[in-house]
Amino acid sequence: MQPLMPLARDPAPSRWSYRIQRMWLTPLYRGLLRKGLPVFLLLFAIGWYVTDAERLEALQIWADDLRRSIEERPEFMVRLMKIEGASPELSGDIREIMPLDLPLSSFDLDLDHMRGEISGLDAVAGAELRVVSGGVLMVRVTERLPAVVWRSRRGLELLDAEGHRVAALERRGDAPELPLVAGEGAERAVPEALELIAAAAPISDRLRGLRRIGERRWDVVLDRDQRIMLPEHAPIAALERVIALDNSASDVLARDVTVVDMRDGRRPILRLTAEAMEELRRLRALDGKRGEDA
Amino acid sequence: MTQLYQSQRAMRHKRQAAMQRGVVAILDVGTSKIACLVLRFDGLQTEKTVDGVGPMAGQSRFRVIGAATTRSRGVRFGEIDAMQETERAIRTAVQGAQKMANVRVDHVIASFSGARPRSYGLAGEVELEAGGGVTECDVARVLAACEVPDYGTDREALHAQPVNFAIDHRSGLGDPRGQIGNRLAADMHLLTVDRAAVENLLYCIKRCDLELAGIASSAYAAGISAMVEDEQELGAACIDMGGGSTGISVFMKKHMIIADSVRLGGDHVTADISKGLQVPIATAERIKTFYGGVVATGMDDRETIETGGDTGDWEHDRRSVSRAELIGVMRPRVEEILEEARSRLDAAGFDNLPGQRIVLTGGASQIPGLDGLAGRILGQNVRLGRPLRVHGLPQAATGPAFAACVGLCLFAAHPQDEWWDFEIPAERYPARSLRRAVKWFKDNW
Repeated sequence: MQPLMPLARDPAPSRWSYRIQRMWLTPLYRGLLRKGLPVFLLLFAIGWYVTDAERLEALQIWADDLRRSIEERPEFMVRLMKIEGASPELSGDIREIMPLDLPLSSFDLDLDHMRGEISGLDAVAGAELRVVSGGVLMVRVTERLPAVVWRSRRGLELLDAEGHRVAALERRGDAPELPLVAGEGAERAVPEALELIAAAAPISDRLRGLRRIGERRWDVVLDRDQRIMLPEHAPIAALERVIALDNSASDVLARDVTVVDMRDGRRPILRLTAEAMEELRRLRALDGKRGEDA
Repeated sequence: MTQLYQSQRAMRHKRQAAMQRGVVAILDVGTSKIACLVLRFDGLQTEKTVDGVGPMAGQSRFRVIGAATTRSRGVRFGEIDAMQETERAIRTAVQGAQKMANVRVDHVIASFSGARPRSYGLAGEVELEAGGGVTECDVARVLAACEVPDYGTDREALHAQPVNFAIDHRSGLGDPRGQIGNRLAADMHLLTVDRAAVENLLYCIKRCDLELAGIASSAYAAGISAMVEDEQELGAACIDMGGGSTGISVFMKKHMIIADSVRLGGDHVTADISKGLQVPIATAERIKTFYGGVVATGMDDRETIETGGDTGDWEHDRRSVSRAELIGVMRPRVEEILEEARSRLDAAGFDNLPGQRIVLTGGASQIPGLDGLAGRILGQNVRLGRPLRVHGLPQAATGPAFAACVGLCLFAAHPQDEWWDFEIPAERYPARSLRRAVKWFKDNW
């Protein structure tokens, strides 16, 4: 019989090493040990590390510092703001509402928010912001062009062609070239007013302005306190009719008429001045007398 | 009988399972070495039949992906002698092969050479039902009708292969299925071995956490791999000269008809050298493999061999023998082995076969000059056989010593139909199933 104690050097694997090797060759165990176990250990270590609030805070500070150090690299710094397409007053306004203490990292700029603020200015139709190379914040502004002066209860204001407020005006004389509109709700009908003013070009030398009546229709105010009351619908045609009337035969507007009322679409109605009315009565009376004479 | 029948059937199912998994191990437990090969089966779809190349009896379906050999320990005469030692050796071989294959094997097909195989020729005959050809059920019936000899309770059937079918007076049918006739007769070759040897082997394999998916006699396995197809067809004997025993298998019409073994082998030659030249066994083995031979010439007298030694005695350690002396020691033993094999073949009636070809294989067949000596003893029709080439077999495992391993690979890939491959005959069914139903009721209520 062999000695019960095995030889010191036995080439044969022991029962356990044999079994372990067979287990190792099993795909399931192999996968678990080679992938599952490291992944589990890693997750466990991360989880253990993170559960401590103090370490987590330190980690966050470290991450923030890292982030800041990258953001504040000179490549990402904005040193200059350049405004294009704005008048000096407007660019002053823009600089006022955007108090950026440059230089600033471009990561800290909220371009959308800034664009919203700039667009919120009355005089700005649209704004485009971009950070261009060389650390320049480029603001490209499209200004609103004032088209009319609006006299309201609050004072004089400049409006653009859509009726949007552009700026306040101190005196009418500051913008003499712009037509004047007045009345409540005139700002909501500016395009129509502009069309009327264009249509009134033949009498532009007499035109004082337009007045919105009852927020629904226009009066054309001429000098000598003359008015043309336009209907709610098709005011341009009515105005052109008045001008035609003026041009062709009767030269209406040059006469002693205070109001040309076009609100009744069938015929124009004229309101004479008191003297003219008296003169008319006198002439009628004269005519009647002459008739009696005859 | 029924018990072994059941266990052989279970082994066949395990073999199917192993095939589906695609990996099966081959284990040849020999007296001088234990070899383990790991085979990978790629499935049937890779079987290409190019012009002129057939499926090659299933050889193209597998590939050897792992091979390991270890010196055998605890095995004598092809039987397990010291279980612990053998178990360790099996573990070494299996682990090495697994490591090379990088895959875990659970199913193993084993072979061994000893355990005193004994062949029986069985004959059975049944009446066929009128009309209709022979069905598989009829084949099963005729195999069941074979009269089983009383081979003793201490023996087990290892192979039970139908070798011949006859319908009425037409004999020599390979496959009787579908043929019309009145009587179906079958000849079966039953190979029995010592039960204890098989059980020891089963126990060792079980201790290695492996499942046995088949078991074969190594004489049979060596026969399949070392003999070419026409030898198997016409009748030939394969003599597998192993370390502890020499297996003999006679093939006819591609079936093994007789297997036997001589309990003498290369280890006895080594022992003779050790005793005759007074050298240790390890030295004797080395001298045998380097200088061994069976035909002495005048040149061999002048060639001296240092036997060496480490006793410290100068005279003892500086001894040398001439090669002629070595041959003089080896030759009688080799002659004895061959004569013993001759007498076994004679007893089995090998002379009556149409083919008289004898194929020598196994590790001991590598002795120089053996073919000449064997020609004198066994007849002129002797050749040295090497195993078939299979895919992926390492160069080191292509020698004649691995004939049984390679044969076992072929056996695993393409096993011959055995008795237990057929369904249990129908007339035995009702009683059995009724008994099973009763047992089920007893167990559950």
